[in-house]
Amino acid sequence: MRPFEYLSPNTRTQAISLLGSTWGSSEILAGGTDLLALMKDDILAPKRLINIKDIKDLRGVSSDPQGIRLGALTTLGDLADDESVKKNYPALAEALGEAASPQIRNLATLGGNLCQRPRCWYFRNGLGLLPIDEAGKELVSEGENRYHAILGNEGPAKFVSPSTIVPILVAYGAKIRLQGLNGKRELPLERFYVTPKKEGEREHDLRPNEMVTEVMVPAATNVKAAHYEIRQKAAFDWPLALAGVALKMRDSKVESARIVLGYVAPVPWPSPEAEKALVGQPINKETAQKAAAAALANAKPLSHNAYKVKLARVAVTRAIMKAASGGAA
Amino acid sequence: MRDDDENLKDANHSSESPGVSRRDFLKISGISVAVPLVAGPKMVMAAGQQVPVYGPGKVPMEFAINGKNHKADLEPRVTLLDALRDQFELTGAKRVCDRAECGACTVLMDNKPVYACSVLAIEAQHRPITTVESLIEGGNLHPVQRAFVENDASQCGFCTPGFVVSCKAFLDSHPHPTPEDIRRGLSGNLCRCGTYEGIRKAIAQVAQKGA
Repeated sequence: MRPFEYLSPNTRTQAISLLGSTWGSSEILAGGTDLLALMKDDILAPKRLINIKDIKDLRGVSSDPQGIRLGALTTLGDLADDESVKKNYPALAEALGEAASPQIRNLATLGGNLCQRPRCWYFRNGLGLLPIDEAGKELVSEGENRYHAILGNEGPAKFVSPSTIVPILVAYGAKIRLQGLNGKRELPLERFYVTPKKEGEREHDLRPNEMVTEVMVPAATNVKAAHYEIRQKAAFDWPLALAGVALKMRDSKVESARIVLGYVAPVPWPSPEAEKALVGQPINKETAQKAAAAALANAKPLSHNAYKVKLARVAVTRAIMKAASGGAA
Repeated sequence: MRDDDENLKDANHSSESPGVSRRDFLKISGISVAVPLVAGPKMVMAAGQQVPVYGPGKVPMEFAINGKNHKADLEPRVTLLDALRDQFELTGAKRVCDRAECGACTVLMDNKPVYACSVLAIEAQHRPITTVESLIEGGNLHPVQRAFVENDASQCGFCTPGFVVSCKAFLDSHPHPTPEDIRRGLSGNLCRCGTYEGIRKAIAQVAQKGA
């Protein structure tokens, strides 16, 4: 790691005013599990780290009849163990409990999870988010791409969005709150993720002197939700594909559905096609498979990742079936 | 990239800043040149408040490791793992991947298992740290360590200290684990020799004895 200055402000406004207005000069240190690895690999070399762990009001969970507020500084482990999360958002609790390893969940924070950088090995080797060679050829399309995007990959971005908890949060209708020099703003969580078109652009709608302060999840009464991940290893592994599903039923038919795929595109991937296929239908294996087929109908695999299309279909099918059966594993 | 610090003012330039002023410094150093002066951290203004700036050079730090107070002057970029191994001769936690992937550096911070490679020493100050060295009491192995011996739970042994700390923390929070709990609870530690079966047996044995 290169040398840096270390500051620990006590309030949000202090932290925000200490951040630079361009990327590169300073970084927020929360759990550090991603940031320190990026700094050790010289992908990031900030002159200044702003430790936000002394800002007490960024931590914790509180709920009311409208929903739940998840403080950005709460660790994944504390969120996974939180009684109200487990009771009211069991699919989120499951996704949190499956993220990374116990040691990482004890350090990693919600805000850090939402802002972590892609796991794309070209990016992690210092070749950039949209890597090209001297002739301008896309390295990902030309080279190894077995873990890369199968949807939303028409432009130069071929990496996959790395958070395993964002798809189920989006399915639950979560909103993210940000605070910066110009005040606070709130946006649907899926809108926080953008596909960069030029090298140097970030994959988040986050300004350099803004910070994530909390995530608001609306009440999920009468919502049947499920999270389903496909990994090579049973635990402590990045998924190959995953799906988060939240269904509202009327009688025995689907009244509304949110179906969000993960690890298939540079952004978390809500599928209106799958949602449309499912609304008005009863849930059974056939309707679930039809919805999953609709979700992947426009998939355009790269040279080594056609297998992910099938895995993503299976993840969507199983997430729908799991949600319908009450979300039990 | 431009270092954009328009919001910051170096508080040392302010005549009202606390600490040692230039005039005081000259006075003190004139009186007693032999006494080394430890300057406090530089301060910057942020939202009307002074915030200390530590580093990039060495910073005096204090740690609470295995119930003892430890001091060292370290740069902010030093990890807790490197501080333990290089400054305090606590070499039980191993530096293997240094990327939060293998578990060999597992220690307890605030009584929870964490990867010491992924915590900066400066942020671990004053938080209780427990390393594998503290588990032996009065020359007696901890029940988890004894169970490792009895169940042949290590081969080359390099992952063992991290596994032992993880197992202890896991059993403290899961006194009656199922085999599935054990597999998931220890997923953050890797053993390239493949001694997982012995480790699972060791944990099950300790859980059964209720130690």
